[in-house]
Amino acid sequence: MSKPKNFEKPAGVRDYLPLAVSRLRRIERQVLDCMGRWGYQQIMTPTLEYYDTVGVASSTSDQKLYKLLNNRGQALVLRSEMTAPVARVVSSLLKDEPLPLRLSYHANVFRAISEEAGRDAEFFQTGVELVGEASPEADAEVVALAIASLQAAGVKSFKIAMGHVGFLNGLLQEALPDRREEQEELKGYLLGRDHVGFRDALQKMALPLEQMEGMTGLLRLRGGKEICSQGMELSRHELAQSSLHHLCKVWEVLEDYGVSEHVLIDLTMIGDFTYYTGMTFEGYAADLGFPVCSGGRYDNLLKAFGRPVPATGFSLKTNRILDIAGGAEKEQTALPVLVQYDSARRKEGLAEALRLRAAGHTVITRLVDESVQWDGDLQAVNEDLLQGNTSGRSDGVKYGEIYSFVSSGSLQG
Amino acid sequence: MSERLRVAMPKGRIYNKAAELLRAAGLPVPPEGEEGRKLVIPIPEANMEFILAKPVDVPTYVEYGAVDIGIVGKDVLLEEGRDVYELLDLGIARCRMSVIGLPGWQPGIQQRVATKYPNVASQYFREQGQQVEVIKLNGSIELAPLIGLADRIVDMVETGQTLRENGLVEQARIFDITSRLVANRVSYRMKNKEIQTLCDALYQVIGAPAAK
Repeated sequence: MSKPKNFEKPAGVRDYLPLAVSRLRRIERQVLDCMGRWGYQQIMTPTLEYYDTVGVASSTSDQKLYKLLNNRGQALVLRSEMTAPVARVVSSLLKDEPLPLRLSYHANVFRAISEEAGRDAEFFQTGVELVGEASPEADAEVVALAIASLQAAGVKSFKIAMGHVGFLNGLLQEALPDRREEQEELKGYLLGRDHVGFRDALQKMALPLEQMEGMTGLLRLRGGKEICSQGMELSRHELAQSSLHHLCKVWEVLEDYGVSEHVLIDLTMIGDFTYYTGMTFEGYAADLGFPVCSGGRYDNLLKAFGRPVPATGFSLKTNRILDIAGGAEKEQTALPVLVQYDSARRKEGLAEALRLRAAGHTVITRLVDESVQWDGDLQAVNEDLLQGNTSGRSDGVKYGEIYSFVSSGSLQG
Repeated sequence: MSERLRVAMPKGRIYNKAAELLRAAGLPVPPEGEEGRKLVIPIPEANMEFILAKPVDVPTYVEYGAVDIGIVGKDVLLEEGRDVYELLDLGIARCRMSVIGLPGWQPGIQQRVATKYPNVASQYFREQGQQVEVIKLNGSIELAPLIGLADRIVDMVETGQTLRENGLVEQARIFDITSRLVANRVSYRMKNKEIQTLCDALYQVIGAPAAK
């Protein structure tokens, strides 16, 4: 590798300029405020974690983790998501806190993305974890809060697709009892979104016609509440039935929240099986090709940290929302006020600046150029400053108002 | 994402076969070239828009949501490895990906394989436990073993005509190829109804996939 040019950054990380930062902060503030009003308290965890604890427990695949060694040769990771760190905190520092716990976070996370140089290796996630509740009520609360958060962030048109890992597990166990490898193969195709591969593999498994139709019918189970009853007909398996029952309850609670218009049930919607244990969901915005949020129930994760309690949560992909949630330009902050002075009246000028700042104005101060003989036209200079004109006498910034503290003389205004 | 369903069509070899299939499914898609050099063909009566893309770019357009769905060969899907829904095997443009060499080929110490599909080739030989150097070429792959650039090639074989004309033989078949209907992750949910309708119409034409 050649030495990088001095303006270069490592692939996948970026600088955020003022406009982007003000948008990002606005989204962050509005979403965290929203979560706060639902009783979720914000926590912060370190950027670095041990590979063997949080790294291994996280849902991120191993090759996407940034791994490094500390000065003692211990393997560390840059956090790749926030659920595993929160689980660690809940199982250690907060282990005596009564359940349920409602926690929120906003944090930068890191993923090593090799094939796509244009993708972000560092990005922001804003999310919540609801720990200690296994009820449909808790799952619905998290989905409803995801909807409220997307709205708070300024995302206008969106849909949440909701599924259940248990339904598919039940369906597969019923159709292919004791054929673990074939079950895994089919799950792999669904996870890879390869419906063609799924159907081809099913063909080869020589199932009875009815089960075969049931399994291919799975691919069409997308829609509203009616999908639950359609699913019930596909599988009599106990796990599948109880999963659908749970999902149906979640839907009913969401109806009472008044948000079910944003939600659809999709029984092909499956997150990572090794991680999610129950309801899973993903959010999609109309103007974006990638999901804007994802979440679900992960009842096994906290066991890995020694506190076996159920948990559910979600995270918003805040960077992607940044691209679509308008408003920052419109919400344009007021122009700054200029306080200019010469050295004789500096004290007066700075005192005025302090007073204005205390009153909530954005104030920029400057010493007027005393070496120049102004032709008595401070008025014209100020005119330039108010217009934001770049001239020898102005700095190109547009000001809303100007206060001048200049001794009598040529610079009179 | 607009209200219209945007479809990426592969220019070249597959286009006319895919257009024929879509026409049989009731969509008035013009034959290639009829619209001159236009890259975007709106079909307002079906509330759709067709984008003519280079085949290898179709999965990229779909993954990023620049289009909702696309038609593309399995070879490109495997080579590009994009995160898209693979909804339907259209059964057109049938061919295969194969390892090809000169007759009487013997493994040498330094094996070199030329291909347009470096990811597919590397993965195949890795899985075979073979150590080969993969050389990426952009066309006329059959030339490589003839002039000694590589001892074998990995390429698409349709009839085998080109191979025979160049005195090459097919050593192994890696996978079969047909064209697939693919969909963006978000469109698949946000435009569920439109995509499902199109899928159903295509099922009718190509025969129910379960019975295939």
